[in-house]
Amino acid sequence: MRFMMLMYPQLEEADWNPTAEAVAAMGRYNEELQKAGMLLALDGLRPPSDGGSVSFDGEGKATVTDGPFAEAKEVVGGYWLIQARSKEEALEWASRCPDSNCRIEVRRVFEMEDFPQEVQDAYEGP
Amino acid sequence: MTEATRAIEAVWRIESARLIAGLARMVGDVGLAEDMAQDALVAAMEKWPEAGVPDNPGAWLMATAKNRAIDRMRREKTYERKREEVAHDTGALFAMERSDFEAAADDEIGDDLLALIFTCCHPLLSREARVALTLRLLGGLTTTEIAIAFLASESTIAQRLVRAKRTLREARVPFEVPRGAELDERLPSVLEVIYLVFNEGYAASTGEDWIRADLCEEALRLARILAELVPREPEAHGLAALLEIQASRLKARRGPGGEPVLLLDQDRGRWDPLLIVRGRRALERAQALPGPLGPYCLQAAIAACHAEAIRPEETNWVRIAALYEALAQIQPSPIVELNRAVAVAMAFGPEAGLELLAQIEDEPELSDYHLLPSVRGDLLEKAGRHEEASAEFKRAANLTRNEQERELLLRRAEGGG
Repeated sequence: MRFMMLMYPQLEEADWNPTAEAVAAMGRYNEELQKAGMLLALDGLRPPSDGGSVSFDGEGKATVTDGPFAEAKEVVGGYWLIQARSKEEALEWASRCPDSNCRIEVRRVFEMEDFPQEVQDAYEGP
Repeated sequence: MTEATRAIEAVWRIESARLIAGLARMVGDVGLAEDMAQDALVAAMEKWPEAGVPDNPGAWLMATAKNRAIDRMRREKTYERKREEVAHDTGALFAMERSDFEAAADDEIGDDLLALIFTCCHPLLSREARVALTLRLLGGLTTTEIAIAFLASESTIAQRLVRAKRTLREARVPFEVPRGAELDERLPSVLEVIYLVFNEGYAASTGEDWIRADLCEEALRLARILAELVPREPEAHGLAALLEIQASRLKARRGPGGEPVLLLDQDRGRWDPLLIVRGRRALERAQALPGPLGPYCLQAAIAACHAEAIRPEETNWVRIAALYEALAQIQPSPIVELNRAVAVAMAFGPEAGLELLAQIEDEPELSDYHLLPSVRGDLLEKAGRHEEASAEFKRAANLTRNEQERELLLRRAEGGG
């Protein structure tokens, strides 16, 4: 099964870019995941001011807002997509993350067979 | 299972292979190392539910394994004898502290893991024993899980494991990574074990059989680990590439009723694009290394050709036929020839495929194999030779053991399907 580990840095946007030391520590961690054969994909995200958001009003009308997102309590800073044998294993990996100031949300990825057959049949793509 | 037990089990799954490998390096025996590691697990089960999982669980388990081993030897009063058994590394056993383990360089840990892989896949052991031991010591699977995975009884698997460990001990198989020519000689056995684990999972039906389907993920994990440990070996990347791409089709290869769906009939929208990309990248790593492509690389290249085609009719059959020809040269087998004949027929027309089939029709290995007449029937049908085709489909129907397949073949023999 697959898990998405979503990382929410607990810091101000001015401090968004990591130090060389932090990058090195993260590199070692990512290498651990890779060597354990668990890592499928990962990315770090640029600060919210480089991005934007699109919100829908419930009737399909979209409103575009440029970042940063003042109203957001926390924003995603990056993610890992890993293969793990249980939720506990994914949580254990998340707890080994070297970043001392973040929250990591561990979420299991939907698989096609989680859906009833008619939902599966309705899907075409990607 | 309580939450604490599940957390401990998760740590065990992550740490056990490295733990057993590190201990085996010290005591020179994987069976003894496994016992020591198990003791540490028991200790964790006692302590962690209350004290919590320690910050560095791997180091905790290692230190505990050593302490428990010493205690146990003392208790059993076989201390002196065991001490001799482990004499070549007694110093390490007693002197190594938690900090030593933490300080152990990455490549040392990698080397220990690699030694464990090669020991589990040692040529002295039967193929079945290699598979069981690999899943047990590297995958951290329980005897019960292995038994379910291989549709065998638990006692059969337990005996197989005990016997395998005894064989290694009695033969005094050194715990080490083979070097040079010996590495080349023994790597195929390691690759084969991982491939067998994958195929066992691949053959299982999806859904109801989670452990068996999980074998594919486990095999993929082992293949990726191996590729990182021997990055200069193209075939290790080739195997990883092959498994990634085959696994990308796992969701597409069964219909709603669980019936198998052939490659060309699969809904390609259900192929997993992430695994395809990973597979292609692994293949590129293999191709960037010097030397001709080995059998896993070639099979991965064939799999990549299929993965590339968005629609079946876009398949590059000329290239696939050439890859099968290369595969047939380094690993000649009637099954490869059969596949090659199919590819040649798709690339150059049914008569060209039939010509190739004629060359293997007397192969004893294929005499009871329903796919030979089934493929020939298909090619004859495409060539417009309907009566001959019908006879071949009937022959194939008599040979297959699969009921659904038999019905399909008989329908085709009647000119339908």
